[in-house]
Amino acid sequence: MRKDYNLEKRKYVIGGFIVAIVAIYLWKLFDLQVTSNEYSQIAVSNARSVKITHPSRGQIYDRNGNLIVYNEPAYDLVLTPKDVTEFDTTTMCRILQLKREDFDLLWKNMSDPKKNRNYSAVTPQPLVQNLDSLTYGRLQEIIYRFPGFDIAQRVIRRYNYVSAANILGDIREVNADDIARDSDNYYLPGDYTGDLGVEKSYEKYLRGIKGKEIFIRDARGRIKGRYNDGKDDVAPVAGKDLQLSIDMDLQQFGEKIMRGKKGAIVAIEPKTGEVLALVTSPNYDPAMLVGKDRGKNYADLVNDPNKPLFDRSIMAAYPPGSTFKPSQGLMLLQEGIITTSTSYPCYRGYINKGLRIGCHGHGSPIALHPAIATSCNGYFCWGVYYMLNNRKYGGLEKSFTLWKDYMVSMGFGYKLNIDLPGESRGFIPNAQFYDKMIGKNQWGANTILSIAIGQGEVMLTPLQIANLGATIANRGYYITPHMVKNIRDVGLLEQYAVQHHTKVNSQYYNEVVTGMRMAVTGGTCRGANLPGLDVCGKTGTVQNPHGQDHSVFMGFAPKEDPKIAICVYVENAGFGAKVAVPLGAMMLERYLRGYSDEIEERANKWSDNTWMNDNQKKSTEDKPAEAKPATTAGNFPSRDNKPLGSNPEREKAVMVSPIRLISTSRHGLFKG
Amino acid sequence: MDSSRDNNESNKLLASVDWLTVLLYLVLVVAGAISIYAATTNSMSQVSIFDFNTYSGKQFLWIGLSFVIGFALLLIDRRMYEGYAYLIYIIMIVILIATAFFAPNIKGSHSWLKFGAVSIQPAEFAKTATALALAKLFSTYGFKLGHWRTYIVPLAIIFIPVFCILLESETGSALVYISLIFVLYREGMSGFVLYAILAAVSFFVIMLKFADQIVMGIPMGSFIVFTIVMITIVVMLFFYCRAVIPGRNVAIGYIASALLTWGLSAIGVSVNGYVYFFTVITLSIIYLLIAMFREDINKILITIAFAVMSIIFMFSVNAVFNNVLQTHQQNRIKVALGIMEDVKDKGYNVNQSKIAIGSGGVTGKGFLKGTQTKLNYVPEQHTDFIFCTIGEEEGFLGTSAVLLLFLLLILRVIAIAERQHTAFGRVYAYCVAAILIFHVAINIGMVIGLVPVIGIPLPFFSYGGSSLWGFTIMLFILLRIDAARAEYGTW
Repeated sequence: MRKDYNLEKRKYVIGGFIVAIVAIYLWKLFDLQVTSNEYSQIAVSNARSVKITHPSRGQIYDRNGNLIVYNEPAYDLVLTPKDVTEFDTTTMCRILQLKREDFDLLWKNMSDPKKNRNYSAVTPQPLVQNLDSLTYGRLQEIIYRFPGFDIAQRVIRRYNYVSAANILGDIREVNADDIARDSDNYYLPGDYTGDLGVEKSYEKYLRGIKGKEIFIRDARGRIKGRYNDGKDDVAPVAGKDLQLSIDMDLQQFGEKIMRGKKGAIVAIEPKTGEVLALVTSPNYDPAMLVGKDRGKNYADLVNDPNKPLFDRSIMAAYPPGSTFKPSQGLMLLQEGIITTSTSYPCYRGYINKGLRIGCHGHGSPIALHPAIATSCNGYFCWGVYYMLNNRKYGGLEKSFTLWKDYMVSMGFGYKLNIDLPGESRGFIPNAQFYDKMIGKNQWGANTILSIAIGQGEVMLTPLQIANLGATIANRGYYITPHMVKNIRDVGLLEQYAVQHHTKVNSQYYNEVVTGMRMAVTGGTCRGANLPGLDVCGKTGTVQNPHGQDHSVFMGFAPKEDPKIAICVYVENAGFGAKVAVPLGAMMLERYLRGYSDEIEERANKWSDNTWMNDNQKKSTEDKPAEAKPATTAGNFPSRDNKPLGSNPEREKAVMVSPIRLISTSRHGLFKG
Repeated sequence: MDSSRDNNESNKLLASVDWLTVLLYLVLVVAGAISIYAATTNSMSQVSIFDFNTYSGKQFLWIGLSFVIGFALLLIDRRMYEGYAYLIYIIMIVILIATAFFAPNIKGSHSWLKFGAVSIQPAEFAKTATALALAKLFSTYGFKLGHWRTYIVPLAIIFIPVFCILLESETGSALVYISLIFVLYREGMSGFVLYAILAAVSFFVIMLKFADQIVMGIPMGSFIVFTIVMITIVVMLFFYCRAVIPGRNVAIGYIASALLTWGLSAIGVSVNGYVYFFTVITLSIIYLLIAMFREDINKILITIAFAVMSIIFMFSVNAVFNNVLQTHQQNRIKVALGIMEDVKDKGYNVNQSKIAIGSGGVTGKGFLKGTQTKLNYVPEQHTDFIFCTIGEEEGFLGTSAVLLLFLLLILRVIAIAERQHTAFGRVYAYCVAAILIFHVAINIGMVIGLVPVIGIPLPFFSYGGSSLWGFTIMLFILLRIDAARAEYGTW
């Protein structure tokens, strides 16, 4: 047979075909294996199943080392919907001791994104929470027979005291917003985060660092062993314990004497800025916000008309009343408007150009020390009037700005930045505020003079008032009040070791201290005259246009080397000396002298005092003034108050409420 | 005396066996068995590679037996293969038909005959039988491909087993026989058939791949095919018909019309694609019908026929795809073309297979260290998807080595084919080459996601006695025929 050489050439076509195919495949393989990186990552994520191990949350102690908050393990039955195959529901129901219908209902609730906001088919979803130990034990034995199911260990917070809920806060499951806002990418659905109190503000210390265990997972999702023999596993790092500056004895004592009243007590160690007690009333049991009933209890607290979740000690902005007067005296001394020998007339009040601000009976004219001791309105009104109208400042706007700067230097008008969430900044007006409210060049010293006696627009939180006490106790500086004196392995945060000096020199503070000591020994605060403790104090009776006056006490003790500064603010309790002074005195005594049967008995009498309930009935509509942070731009503080009373002439004003307050207060009679 | 002659003959036989092919064969089957071990061993429970309870152990058993088979085949006189070719073919067809009717249903196909514990897949052996029959036909005195009637018998020999295997619902194995078109091509079939097949496949892919975008109011797939047809007409006129002037005129016409249409669209007048292409191509055909009398009429007619057939084919693609193919076949094609990205369901196998290969990197994860295969992410990893294991554990070095080994084997078989002195030997060798080409191209193409999933094994690698023995028999018959080429001397 003769070979056909023409046809033989076709071997090149056939050979060329397979050569081309091989070349294309080599190129594709090169692309898959050499150029592209993604596949190895996918293969790793295919094969690895990472299980997050949660660190134990830091515990919380008080300043004396008493354990307040600790952890207790709780177990949940969770399931990853994607991995769940058909399973033996009968066995599962038997172990869980649930009826089939109840189980189905739980399942429905778990898989309904409306009810379970964190629902996802690929992450573990809780089905039954807080398993008891028997169920937990039984489940652990058979859980391997239920692919996709797992037992998740969770930590729940336990509390040793029915106290200090406003300070401690609570923890809750993270929601979608938390995860979206989490810049550290720490949170996963089902994690817990601090919600209120130090649990929130120290979340990053308390939560610790998560660990992980890496397993090998086959195509059906079965765990086949540890990845890389566990060499890549990371152990969790426990959260850091906190030591609060709170003295739990004092805290509980304060909560006891405030029971049945609305208001707050703040006690600060002046030298360190450590908050010794931060009482708000009404309060609640911190254990209410743990476990199954958390949601319901939380809703109850939110809907409670007395607002127990509203921490009056740092969130409420109240007019400080006469407790504000020492700050005015300090400023006037520093500016040289007065000396200790300067006297102003006060014949039952400040009467000037048609403005009359009432006062009570005392000698006239009056100098600084007795003015503080008797809480004279006239003295401070004259002083501030002369300062605002003093020509050396070159106009009212400048002098008023100086006034504002003094107040800000004392920690007013801005948040003190205590280590708790939700602090109010209070309110200190500035010139632009009045320009806008009343009109440019339409206001003068007299128009706004009620600020001199802590009324009118001025608003402070009880914390700021207590901080004023601490600043006076320190003769001119304060350290930002804080709840946590020590974070384990970290220590004190550095911002809580800085001394903030006011614009007033130390020597002038001694004059104010003398006045405040006189107030205790022979003035308005005689109720606080505790032998041997050298208490210095200042009362306040805050005029309240729609209810009983608020009763305030600000003080510190002892006079030399003070150990404690305090503010007691009781809403609608009337004259300052009547309620706030005895409560404050008890707090000082309890802290400085410690426990005694006698003081506990006295405290019990004050606790749930029934006269308060009568008072509250009279003023059911009264609500604490809630100042909100500035919403306008720049250095312009704003406030949000509900309209008070009515004044048709002022109805046209741009922002109604503050003006009304002025006009109402201007015609009222101030008590000091 | 007798024994020395026998010795002499077997020495001669051993000397003339193509040892390179044998070596390639040995490397491939051993590498295959090791890959099967890697693909099926659980790293938790290390068992011996030779343990007969494992796939690799069994595969070594099949390999051992295939050596016996191969050696036995070398001892048979080559005339036996030629002499009994038709008989073997007919017996195979009978077995195939019997299988289709008596075999149990395994995963929807009726292709396995059970003899006690042993299962045999006759389709794996039918390839060799068909190759022998085809070779026998071409060695018939005076048989030559020419008139269309001469194609009837060879095509019948090829397509009878195809229909039998389709009866068994083994589409993949049936498609293998299409590769024998290469043999017909080598033996004289017009190159236009390959050309047409290439064009058809390309048009099919283009039409499906670009079905969704719209250009000039028509699917982009159609737009591209029309454009290719126009370019092909011009190229054919220049280089095939050697009709330079008509070619130039048609090219100018096309370019001018395209520019005109483009200009119109720029000023806001949009022309429908169908209207444009039909008008332009029809006008060019009318021109060619007039102009052809000065040229090679046949060649110009073929050019026109190509254009017309292409356009008809183009319009039938969607109908064929949607009505002739079954849903799972449509899905496999869509996955391979990247139209469907269904990594959870339809595209799961190929996606996991690509992950396995891709994650191997340059040097691989190391023997027995592939996570994708160890953890069963790749289905059928010891049979059709065995190439994944090589890709994952041995990396690009391993995959390219295997590909090149196959290339070397196929080229060697082609070389063997061309050195045969008989049509029987040559045609048989080309059948072997074509079948190997098809298996390698389709199997590896499928595993790396370039070709739709078609369930055929990778020769010598995939687990299974039938496949291994089928290829062993095919290859050793070739070696036996080749070893006897000296007996004929040269013409």
